[in-house]
Amino acid sequence: MSKSAQFAWSSRVLHWLMAIALLGMLLLGMGMVTSLWHYQSLVAVHRPLGILILVLTIIRFINRQLKPLPPFLATMSARERVIASASERLLYALMFLLPLVGWGMLSAARYPVRIGPLVLPPILPHSVGLYTVLRQAHTVLAYLLFFTFMAHLSAVLFHTLVLRDGLLRRMLPWSPPPSERDDRAP
Amino acid sequence: MIATMNGLAPVRASSGTGGRLAWVFAIVLAVGALFSYVAGWLTPHRLTPARVVDTFERINGPHPGFRRNHAKGVTISGNFAANGAGSRLSKASVFRAGSVPVPVVGRFALAGGMPYAGDSAATVRSLALAFSLPNGEEWRTGMNNIPVFIVNTPEAFSEQLIALAPEPATQKPNPARAQAFMAKHPETMRAIRAIKAQAPTAGFEDSTYNSLNAFHLIDAAGRVTAVRWSMVPLQGAPAVPPPTAAPTGANFLFDALIAHVEDAPLRFRLVLTIAQPGDATNDATLAWPEDREKLEVGTLTIDRVEGEATGSARIINFDPLILPNGIAGSDDPLLSARSAAYSQSFTRRVAEPVASSAVKTTAAGEVSQP
Repeated sequence: MSKSAQFAWSSRVLHWLMAIALLGMLLLGMGMVTSLWHYQSLVAVHRPLGILILVLTIIRFINRQLKPLPPFLATMSARERVIASASERLLYALMFLLPLVGWGMLSAARYPVRIGPLVLPPILPHSVGLYTVLRQAHTVLAYLLFFTFMAHLSAVLFHTLVLRDGLLRRMLPWSPPPSERDDRAP
Repeated sequence: MIATMNGLAPVRASSGTGGRLAWVFAIVLAVGALFSYVAGWLTPHRLTPARVVDTFERINGPHPGFRRNHAKGVTISGNFAANGAGSRLSKASVFRAGSVPVPVVGRFALAGGMPYAGDSAATVRSLALAFSLPNGEEWRTGMNNIPVFIVNTPEAFSEQLIALAPEPATQKPNPARAQAFMAKHPETMRAIRAIKAQAPTAGFEDSTYNSLNAFHLIDAAGRVTAVRWSMVPLQGAPAVPPPTAAPTGANFLFDALIAHVEDAPLRFRLVLTIAQPGDATNDATLAWPEDREKLEVGTLTIDRVEGEATGSARIINFDPLILPNGIAGSDDPLLSARSAAYSQSFTRRVAEPVASSAVKTTAAGEVSQP
């Protein structure tokens, strides 16, 4: 397996940064709406982190257009490749939509979104009708992200632990030593 | 073997495939369990914002479109002019002198989840305000005409709702349940004594409204000062006696308020009470000593009052943690709980049809109901 069988360095860094941010966000979001004591501190992290994710998603999307992908492994069937590509598109859509819907629903309800000393401008007019729709959408999209993530996690674990085809290695933040690279060349 | 099901060249299923598959399930299940725990699915009895609002709905019955607490109220608007004294303690622009008065939208209301309840002098009165500051900043605050709050934790608040709810037959709390709650919560006994020691004033206009919770003011150098604040009336007892409603009319408090505002603006002084080291900031049942410094920082003028259906307060959540730079929440756990529960109440009620409120004003082309 040549070095190019890994994702580009920038892609790998963005992947893991966003993996941590998105999982943290899902946990924060679920915890915050069910917490009385910690609502204040969780909301204070959730909103700026959402905006950070939006910025990272834009960077990642540009990076995705510029950096070539390593080829699919031979252990992935044609159908699995279609599903993998579709779920990638779905994840990108969710990474864009969730922060935008969050920012939009807060705008529609006139909750200021504060990033340190700055208040972001509202992106929608003050409308409780819009708020109601977007607040629902935020929850539905968050669950969709959660289940898509669980499917992604299951597939990677299955390839890595059961098929042992080295799928995860393509995304590891470090480059594997040569001896490991060669043990299951496609 | 499993790989062949994918229609692939078979990958050698070495010994232990079952064991490795078990690992996959274990990891996925563990992640799922973590999320389930955080979401509260594994702890169905944990007190959540939704449960607090459910309790309000159960006790008061369904009143779609209304706030689940402080349901009966009117929208007010006006402005706030700072005198500059607050800049000593906070960098918040709202305290800066010489600036243009800040537009304010707010709400006078009566505590409780019954939007059509008759006015009563004994019911807690509230004043909620939203200050629209430059650069998109907002300051929202909800204050009550009582000197201290009756509980100091979210759990005690929820227990109190149930323990002190009037029973359908007697319209009074169940004595045994109320006593059991008081025995467990001496701080509530003490707070109720302090509240009863201060007789309510004649109306909304001449009440003093207190933040009850403590907040932190932050100055330009980053110094933090704990404060509570109050809106102190500049007018005395209701100047204009309501011509149509006797003091026992269903809306006598609101009618007097509306008549007053239509005659002359209401004015309140915003007064900060500054804590000394050692004063409890996390216990809203405890009054601070009387000799604490009081700093007047500006004047609120209210020149318009409007009914709920058309008033803009309907679409505002007076979340006490929507604060500008220079003001922050303290360690009082009620602040976080209020923020969480208000958000839940707001989300539910704005999804419901707009309801017609008990109090109507001529300003909105409506006539007050007798």
